[in-house]
Amino acid sequence: MIDLALIGLTRFIVGGQAHWMGSSPEMRQRIYFANHSSHLDTLLIWSALPRALRASTHPIAAADYWGRGAVRRHIGLKVLNGVLVERSTQGPPGAALAPLRNVLCEGESLILFPEGTRGSERLPGPFKSGLYWLSQEFPDVELIPTYLDNPSRAFPKGTFLPVPISCTVRFGPPVARHTGEEKEAFLERARAAVAALAPEPIG
Amino acid sequence: MSLNDKLFILFAGIVALLGAASLIGFVLSRRAKSETGRATVDNLNARIKAWWVMIAIFAVSFALGRGVTLMLFALTSFYTLREFVSLTPTRAADHLPLVASFYVLLPLQYWLISIDWYALFTILIPVYGFLLLPSLSALKGDTEQFLLRVSRIQWGLMLTVYCISHAPALLTLDIPGRPGEGFLLLFFLITIAQFSDVMQYVFGKLFGRTKIAPVVSPSKTVEGLAGGGLSAVAAGAALWWITPFTPLEAAAMAFAIVAMGFLGGLALSAVKRSMGVKDWGSMISGHGGVLDRMDSLSFAAPVFFHLTRYFYT
Repeated sequence: MIDLALIGLTRFIVGGQAHWMGSSPEMRQRIYFANHSSHLDTLLIWSALPRALRASTHPIAAADYWGRGAVRRHIGLKVLNGVLVERSTQGPPGAALAPLRNVLCEGESLILFPEGTRGSERLPGPFKSGLYWLSQEFPDVELIPTYLDNPSRAFPKGTFLPVPISCTVRFGPPVARHTGEEKEAFLERARAAVAALAPEPIG
Repeated sequence: MSLNDKLFILFAGIVALLGAASLIGFVLSRRAKSETGRATVDNLNARIKAWWVMIAIFAVSFALGRGVTLMLFALTSFYTLREFVSLTPTRAADHLPLVASFYVLLPLQYWLISIDWYALFTILIPVYGFLLLPSLSALKGDTEQFLLRVSRIQWGLMLTVYCISHAPALLTLDIPGRPGEGFLLLFFLITIAQFSDVMQYVFGKLFGRTKIAPVVSPSKTVEGLAGGGLSAVAAGAALWWITPFTPLEAAAMAFAIVAMGFLGGLALSAVKRSMGVKDWGSMISGHGGVLDRMDSLSFAAPVFFHLTRYFYT
């Protein structure tokens, strides 16, 4: 019920049409990784996926946003199937990834924002290393670059209400893994794969 | 003949017309051989299909009365404004004026029409919106291309909310001796504007040679305009019995709608060109966006509204 209402509201306000450009909506284990510029992003990717895929796909949600407040928490965890992650965990590299590993171990898919925080530029900024560690540990999971067009205009950082501006969700071809590739090179290649999906700026 | 009888006959006529169009589309799809011919016919059939849906939506909203019809137009304004703003490079500092446009001015405009407050709904956006929006933008302190940004939002609101809302505003007109016949005026406006577009497309495809404005809109031709415009004026004259106009006046009114509709299509093509796009969106398959279907109506509605209000009420 709530999920249909949320999808309906998302469609009404920001559209969120899915464009599959080089991959298709298949029942495979995947990590969808996207540029991050607004609180709409999770909702956009989630509602752009077909229903069957949605059930087995878990967005990573920052605990400091989605964990706060009963309503938001309920939507984040129960409706969106989200996995709460602490952004400020200290410790050995990749320690904060434990809840993500659990999801992948169970054969389910993830939605990930490797920039770690919302930006306001058209193209994504540098990626954090989580995507690299996960791609190494789970070599059979497909890595799908995803570009979100316009949410930074519909719901910019620091505002309280999204305005109706059409957003699109572009899913690109899976990113291949090269043996022996350095972490930085891989992350840069993954970032470029997301950026390559961005449409020409308007104006 | 009662109002309902007239509306029934009119919608039955439209259904017959669309039925004929569907039949022609079916025959053409059997006969089209070449690649480009096939693409044209496929697009034609997608358009006809979408017309069925649009007519159904209008028939239902007319049947449900004034409130629902106003809601339908408010939604049309919402979607066309969304299409307009989506293609307009706005900045984060435009957020507040956009919030005001979508969530305050748009509903307020339609609410003012619903309570028949003519004096205010004709100036809300051109005067108060004009003063409010740049003030909100200025509060954010971003001066980059300030005038351009403010004008874009104001222009989008004028076109998609102010102008389009003048179509359902016809429902508020009190024509002596013809209570409740605003629906017939609205039907007249929409039918002539859309029929003119369709016939210009048909005549253009069949006989189009001489381009009117090749840079702005390569599909607009003298032959298309003349054939389509004359058909629409003739249709307007033939529909005189549903209006307070004489047949000659109905033809003149239809001419005004055709002329404004043509200019609207042309001006909005220029806007699209300047933004580097062909269509406003992809909501209506075969047609493009909602604004691609509403461009002529948006220019024709205020003129038709004022002509009718001035001369017939």
